[in-house]
Amino acid sequence: MAEVEETLKRIQGQKGVQGIIIVNAEGIPIKTTLDNSSTVQYAGLIHQLVMKARTTVRDIDPQNDLTFLRVRSKKNEIMIAPDKDYFLIVIQNPSD
Amino acid sequence: MSTKRPKSTTTTSKGKDKKADESSAGSVAGSGHPNDILPLTLTSATQELFGCRCDEDVTGDNPYKILRKEDIVQDMRMRAAVSDFSPMKQLVLDYPEDELLLVYDRDFIYGSSFYLVLTADAKERHLKPVVALGVEVALEREPSEVFAAQKTSEPQPWISLGSEQEIEEESVTDSRPRLKYRISRVRREFGAPIFFSDRNAMETKDGFIECTPYQDKNFSLKQMERHTGVQTIPNLKSSSTQTQWTYPRSMCTQYEPREFSEEKKENCLQSEKLKNFVNSVASRFEIAIQQNEIMDVFFDDWKALSEEDSGYGRKADPHLKEYQSFTDLHFSKEKTISNINWHPTINGVIAVAVTERLSFEDRINGSTKLLLNPSLILFWSFSDPINPQLLLECPDDVFSFEFCPSDPNIIVGGCMNGQVVLWDISTHVEQLQGTRTSGGKNIAANTNALQGFEDKRENETPVVRYCAVSGIENGHKAPITDIQWLPGTFEVSRMGVPMENKNGICVQIVTCAPDCCVMFWDIRAPRVLQTMADQRKQKVEEKPLENPHGVPNTFKHLDLTWKPLIRVSLPKIDTSGEYSPLKISLRDNTCDNHTGSNADRAHLNAERSEVAPEYALLRVPSAKQLKPLEDICTRLYAGTEDGELVYTDWKLEKDNDSGRLFSAKPSHRFIIHDGQVNTVRRSPFFKDIILTVGGWTFAIWKEGVTNGPIIQSSCSQKKCTVGYWSQSRPAVLFIGKEDGNIDVWDLLEKTHEPSQTQNITATQITCIKPWIVSSKQHLLAVSDHLGTLHILEIPWTLRSPSSNEKLSMSKYFEKEVDRLVYFEKRREMRAKEKKDYEAEELRKKTEPIIPEKQVEQILEEAMKEYEDYLSLETVILKEMGLLPDTDKVDI
Repeated sequence: MAEVEETLKRIQGQKGVQGIIIVNAEGIPIKTTLDNSSTVQYAGLIHQLVMKARTTVRDIDPQNDLTFLRVRSKKNEIMIAPDKDYFLIVIQNPSD
Repeated sequence: MSTKRPKSTTTTSKGKDKKADESSAGSVAGSGHPNDILPLTLTSATQELFGCRCDEDVTGDNPYKILRKEDIVQDMRMRAAVSDFSPMKQLVLDYPEDELLLVYDRDFIYGSSFYLVLTADAKERHLKPVVALGVEVALEREPSEVFAAQKTSEPQPWISLGSEQEIEEESVTDSRPRLKYRISRVRREFGAPIFFSDRNAMETKDGFIECTPYQDKNFSLKQMERHTGVQTIPNLKSSSTQTQWTYPRSMCTQYEPREFSEEKKENCLQSEKLKNFVNSVASRFEIAIQQNEIMDVFFDDWKALSEEDSGYGRKADPHLKEYQSFTDLHFSKEKTISNINWHPTINGVIAVAVTERLSFEDRINGSTKLLLNPSLILFWSFSDPINPQLLLECPDDVFSFEFCPSDPNIIVGGCMNGQVVLWDISTHVEQLQGTRTSGGKNIAANTNALQGFEDKRENETPVVRYCAVSGIENGHKAPITDIQWLPGTFEVSRMGVPMENKNGICVQIVTCAPDCCVMFWDIRAPRVLQTMADQRKQKVEEKPLENPHGVPNTFKHLDLTWKPLIRVSLPKIDTSGEYSPLKISLRDNTCDNHTGSNADRAHLNAERSEVAPEYALLRVPSAKQLKPLEDICTRLYAGTEDGELVYTDWKLEKDNDSGRLFSAKPSHRFIIHDGQVNTVRRSPFFKDIILTVGGWTFAIWKEGVTNGPIIQSSCSQKKCTVGYWSQSRPAVLFIGKEDGNIDVWDLLEKTHEPSQTQNITATQITCIKPWIVSSKQHLLAVSDHLGTLHILEIPWTLRSPSSNEKLSMSKYFEKEVDRLVYFEKRREMRAKEKKDYEAEELRKKTEPIIPEKQVEQILEEAMKEYEDYLSLETVILKEMGLLPDTDKVDI
């Protein structure tokens, strides 16, 4: 538990990181550093996006799998690492 | 005959066959031959006998042959039936004359080779009228002459030319005598009874006549071609189905996202799986985040370069261009402009306060004359540079005035005698707006029937008198140098505590004057006087209030009795006495009104913009009714007469002993400038950066940094009289000088001198105010000591910010703050060092002198040390087992 906390703190301490969310496989947030409404919104939307991305990658090549997804927008960057049971979502503002 | 005709016409053209023509011309149109000639065929024997052999005796040229009647008769007697002349025996005998004409019909015109002319007339005609016919032919040939030369024809007996033959053929005549039948019957059979009997038709043959039908071939014709029109239409088919009718119904669903309860979250967090996951995934994140930190891969360097480049192309003219200049010979002669304000809503209208250019002594000496010339605020419009549009009358010279932000028709001004004045120009607003668009024409268009009266008045500028002044004893005791409206988001109670502002409009004013007071005023009627106001209202109903000078009644409730809400004094920190503020600056506090919902606020705003509020009806609410707002900063900066900047809180505190309200001492005070502080202004981009201008320098401060100014300029040659931040570029500020120059400082370019200096006028500059008209036009209003208002246009280089200018500026300020902090620290350190050094020095001096040790003692001590060292060495070597020992026992 402490390890998990420590790792998350390390990521959070990086420059520009706005928030971290851990979401389970169904899209229910488990841990977050943002407020509740944003968390729920991110969790719901990103869950669908990751599912889509994953199926895309696997359809093209069944042996392949999605390891990391980065969505770059005008204001910030959303990074998602999917796993079998969980996702980790990090939102960073790169230009500051 | 028609066939014969063309023949005759063709032969007409030839001269040779004249005679043939004659003969045919003579013969009348008819299908057969005319009656007076008889075609006959002569055998060759007959021809020889009569000497009319074809083509020998009679030719085409000479077809006529005269035959003696006697010869013909004789021939007929001799040959009887064989004679050729026998068919016309009678005709010949009847012929009156002796000689008959035989004509050779070469062309078989009449069907035979010869024809005999039967009548003498015809004979005559054939032989004789060559001439006449010739003439006729000649006449035919030239028909134009025909009508002139033609003889009038005389009626002549009708000569039959054979036409009646057709008629005769057509007419019905009896070809045989009519047959007569006579039918008779025996008389006794008349009237006898009749007996009918049946008889089968089939029995007897021919009992009936049958008309058997047969297929008439006429009707079985196959039509091979037919002309029809065709139109195509889509195949239509009507059909019906029966469906179930689903009708729409309004439904709603309410959903909420699934969430885990706290315990479940805890469980998950504890699980091993999560730990593994996070560990495995963290490295990827770190790489990605660091990548972003190192470089922004999506940043378009090329484009960013071009943004800076575009500046080069237009670097042509960085100077402020003169756009327009206003001066009035009548009103601003011998006067100076003390303050300028752009009209917040109407484009192109600017107001200036005009004051006398006299020193204090001169004022006293000339006070009677001054009373006669009222002081004015002039409204200029760009459309009319010669005549001001509106004049506001003031009780005394106005040094500062402001438009109300929520209602631009209300103007508040502070006078030289310490009074606060209110104007209401709502009646003249249309005129101001109208003049902007159409110059003076609009006014001319409004002249109505009263020509004599109206003309004179409309050529003059309208004058608006002030509608309320504060009481002289209640106001300031010195000229009011700064006046500002509090934003409509909060209002201040009697204790100085900021409360929520239910109205949403600006109702409070802050003034300051060198009488060491900052006062807060409220334009609503005070609550205490409510009963009195009611009484007054009754009085008003009894006799209607006269309205002299056409002053609107907007602020009648305040007139002459207006008292300030709060009086804040600025006691000096260290000594007794007070600071005398000249200019103040409040933090721009626009906060969220948490009590009212956003809908209410929007509603209020909408209402506010449509209807000007009735100020007379507003009342200062009791402090208990309103909720105090916490996040308003109640501190203000005041620049004083002595060149100091004072930072104080306006909240009043209650003195426990006497129960009086008094103001707290200011928290900070900085002596910076060498002369009066004439400008204290916040930057429009940074809420906590303040510019102060006074004496020969200007300084930039950051709120919260109490060490000193973060930037202070060097002393310039001439006194700085006024300063202002640029509205569009965070790093640019304008400083007006005593000699009429404007210094443009670009803090990102140079900080040791202005980046640009431009001379505007010959005397000192009294006020600078920039204004953004549109994105392409930024104007700077500059007034000078002579009373002229110059409007300058800010060039592109000074109005468009470079990329990241705000960021650079904020970094610069941070750097300066760090510098200050560093200096402070260094100073402390130095002070400490110095202290230590001095202490050290002191200590050295005060220490007793130690006697010198003797040499032998020193040697003894040294030996002892050495022996100690040797013993230590042996011990260590023994421990380590490295001793080349003699002690060791070899076994």
